[in-house]
Amino acid sequence: MNVIEPHAKPQKPFALYGVDLASRLLLGTAQYPSPDVLARAVEASGASIVTVALRREQARGRKGERFLELIEATGARVLPNTAGCRTAKEAITTAHMAREVFGTDWVKLEVIANDDTLQPEVFGLVEAAAALTQDGFKVLPYTTEDLSIAERLLAVGCEVLMPWGSPIGSGRGLANRYALQSLRAYFPGVPLIIDAGIGAPSHAADAMEMGYDAVLINTAVAKAGAPVPMAAAFAQAIEAGREAFEAGLMGVRDMASPSTPVAGTPFFDLPPPANKPGND
Amino acid sequence: MAVETRSCSDILVNGVPVTTEAATLAALVAELGHGDARVATARNGDFVPARVRGATQLAPGDRIEIVSPRHGG
Repeated sequence: MNVIEPHAKPQKPFALYGVDLASRLLLGTAQYPSPDVLARAVEASGASIVTVALRREQARGRKGERFLELIEATGARVLPNTAGCRTAKEAITTAHMAREVFGTDWVKLEVIANDDTLQPEVFGLVEAAAALTQDGFKVLPYTTEDLSIAERLLAVGCEVLMPWGSPIGSGRGLANRYALQSLRAYFPGVPLIIDAGIGAPSHAADAMEMGYDAVLINTAVAKAGAPVPMAAAFAQAIEAGREAFEAGLMGVRDMASPSTPVAGTPFFDLPPPANKPGND
Repeated sequence: MAVETRSCSDILVNGVPVTTEAATLAALVAELGHGDARVATARNGDFVPARVRGATQLAPGDRIEIVSPRHGG
């Protein structure tokens, strides 16, 4: 009987801010059809990190407590975001509130420039990243693929960058592959995580094959027809993409190149068929 | 601890107008029933750590944020 080994070949360890992480998939916790589906999707994804947020609590409300219990039961490390913040000041205050409530100094820093594109407001982002790093935060900035902004974020103390693939929730995959490849090539030693815009496991595999260290997914899993199997599909795609990157992809060629040996081809000595144009 | 008697303050809590007798942010948090719940607070845009709420006096017109964990991407 053939025994098929599960795809669990040892891959190079992945660490952020000195913390080893078992999975290269980071999962968002928003927009799931139910708390139960969310919990099962986290499990199926194998995610070591889940993103969370802070929102206004109603008087005598207990929504926050219930959500936190659900998330803590998954065993994943929480990564609070500053989603929706439009200025450095708002993001800084939100990060401090998150540190107290979630008990972590990690923060997924978002400063949003525009409601339609949800693109990073990169000037405020650098300002907030500098202030928070000074205050002891481990900042994971949601940024663009822009190299000069990346350099500034690293200069103020960020040890991880999270460039967008495409706008949040758009599901368009890697909109600017060339720039993302440049970023990867320019910062070979910096952990780079694609955050936002991933719509399909193939997008995630694409990012991983390019050498990105990890991928953060939310909408593509939460809004799938069946979020739990989709979480598993993303886990496999990310693992496959990473393994392919480590194995080394072949170079792309302009023209065909036979895979079967040419030497010893039967009838090779005969002239090309007469009815084939251009072969005379 | 002596409870200071004072007039009501009109403030904004999470963007909603509220009239409160609470003198401090800690008293307000308790008044709104958050008690020992895991909430975080800000006053006029600045973070107020839980340990400082008791010493944070409320003033008319204050903008208070009281937030708790939620789903996020």
